[in-house]
Amino acid sequence: MKKNRSGFLREIRSNGSAYLLVVPAAIYTLVFGYFTLPYMLIAFQKFNFKTGLFNSAWVGFDNFKFFFSSPRALEVTFNTLKLNFLFIMVGTLAAMALAILFNELRSRWFSRVTQSTILFPHFLSWVIVSYIVYSLLSTDYGILNRILAFFHVDPVNWYASPQYWTWILTTAAVWKDIGMNLVIYLAAITGIDDSYYEAGRIDGASRWQLIRHITIPLMLPTITILTLLALGKIMYGSFDMIYAIVKDNGLLYPTVDVIDTYVFRSLRTIGNPAQAMAVGLYQSVVGFILVWGSNKIVKKVNPDHALF
Amino acid sequence: MTSRPKFFDAVNAALIGIISILCILPMLLVLMVSFTDEASIKQFGYQLFPSELSLDAYKLLLFGSTPLYQSYMISIFVTVIGTILAVTITSMAGYTLAAKHIRYRNGLGLFFFITMVFNTGLVPWYLINLNLGMNNTIWALIIPSLVFNPFNLFLVRNYMSQIPPSLTEAAKIDGASDFYIAFRIFFPLCMPVLATITLFYGIAYWNNWFNAIMLVDNEKLYPLQYLLFKLNSEISMIQQMQSSGAILGSQTLPQESVKMATAILTIGPVVLFYPFLQRYFIKGLLIGSVKE
Repeated sequence: MKKNRSGFLREIRSNGSAYLLVVPAAIYTLVFGYFTLPYMLIAFQKFNFKTGLFNSAWVGFDNFKFFFSSPRALEVTFNTLKLNFLFIMVGTLAAMALAILFNELRSRWFSRVTQSTILFPHFLSWVIVSYIVYSLLSTDYGILNRILAFFHVDPVNWYASPQYWTWILTTAAVWKDIGMNLVIYLAAITGIDDSYYEAGRIDGASRWQLIRHITIPLMLPTITILTLLALGKIMYGSFDMIYAIVKDNGLLYPTVDVIDTYVFRSLRTIGNPAQAMAVGLYQSVVGFILVWGSNKIVKKVNPDHALF
Repeated sequence: MTSRPKFFDAVNAALIGIISILCILPMLLVLMVSFTDEASIKQFGYQLFPSELSLDAYKLLLFGSTPLYQSYMISIFVTVIGTILAVTITSMAGYTLAAKHIRYRNGLGLFFFITMVFNTGLVPWYLINLNLGMNNTIWALIIPSLVFNPFNLFLVRNYMSQIPPSLTEAAKIDGASDFYIAFRIFFPLCMPVLATITLFYGIAYWNNWFNAIMLVDNEKLYPLQYLLFKLNSEISMIQQMQSSGAILGSQTLPQESVKMATAILTIGPVVLFYPFLQRYFIKGLLIGSVKE
């Protein structure tokens, strides 16, 4: 023990300036990462800002009861899983198909130009995207209703019709991120050894057969890993997107309100941090189990790609 | 037999062409609406080819008394200062985590990694920021969740790990400190990955409105994206601009085109830097996602 300690001191003394370099990042992670942990306890309190974490009264599981006894619990959980699942699955399949098409392109120039336009939406904020969605769907001026009118279809009041929004949001998510996935999948295809294709061609395989028996099976491992890792994070995210596009439009909650937006509203609009934290704790715990589970599966498939 | 592949190539190219147009067409719609005369919008709705063009929205935004300049300044300040801080903090830590002569580098890596896997969520983050007095200061837009990102840290570390340790050893023999080695030897060698994280952080700062919605109520501190967010839901913000409507010489306020013009001005810098963005973004994705 003593020897170990002096080893520690000697290490710090001889490499002090290297450890100094890591201090800002470490302090940041300590404060915004580790120091946030105790605040999770307010899920069990009747928290208010005046008394704070240390002096608020404990109420056991009341905050959880409040959430889980309301029908919203099931609704927001289901919506979170549904939307994220669709974003991941539709996004992956679309990008995969597009990557295969791109790989068949002959003109490098054309490939580069089209790739940069497809990648462009990725750099837009969701607020900007919300304007785009609005310019398409606005009841008064939106272009989509004009198109429907052209085909003699009655206009739709999109912002009051929750049934369409699962797919509207999926389309927006796929549209925004397909370029990024395309880049990754194209790289996976480019990594495939040319000799497979040569062998296939010598055996007289058609282009479709080359795609079906070489390109797809060989890009699948990369895609499986990325999809599994993405599925691990299925409990989180999409706040930026959904709140920018939907805001506090209660009419659409049945299909688009997710855990993140629910927590946000409990915290900032309703102003009840303890109840918000109870839902957040539920999200963190289930979320962690899913990350852990998906990582375990990835480890089985290919240990090199596991996160931990 | 030769005609079939040619036919396929043509169809394929056409399909990709259409998809790539679909990716920017909605953006072009916003652009065109921003140049459309307000009366024409009221009559025909948003059009890709407006019946009547007008510069009113831009005149109002650029020469009227709008909050646009203020927000632009905030966004630029936050993006520049934030990105510089973030890249410095991240690359310094990346050096130590990659340095093979550092005994506790893996332990430190784990220390950062745990926060990536277990997310405590929105509420503790918010309360910590209140306790630190971040709310309603410019720092709320720079420090929380933006100034350091472990994903970028590991990107830098992985890149720096490829530099042979003999280089560090040689420099050490010559009496160089870790500070010197990091800033004078490693960082110049790692320009591609540093450019990539600069881009990641820069985009994250420019597009961020989450910190503002959580921590900022003071209109003077609204970054562009949050101004834009507010503009769509609060008509009052546009009505405030009414006072400056005089410069247009008309009574009607170009409400719809002003919104779209603000959106266009908000993505301005992104379009300006796009060739650079795209190049380093693709590089970064490939460093980060595809392991050889």
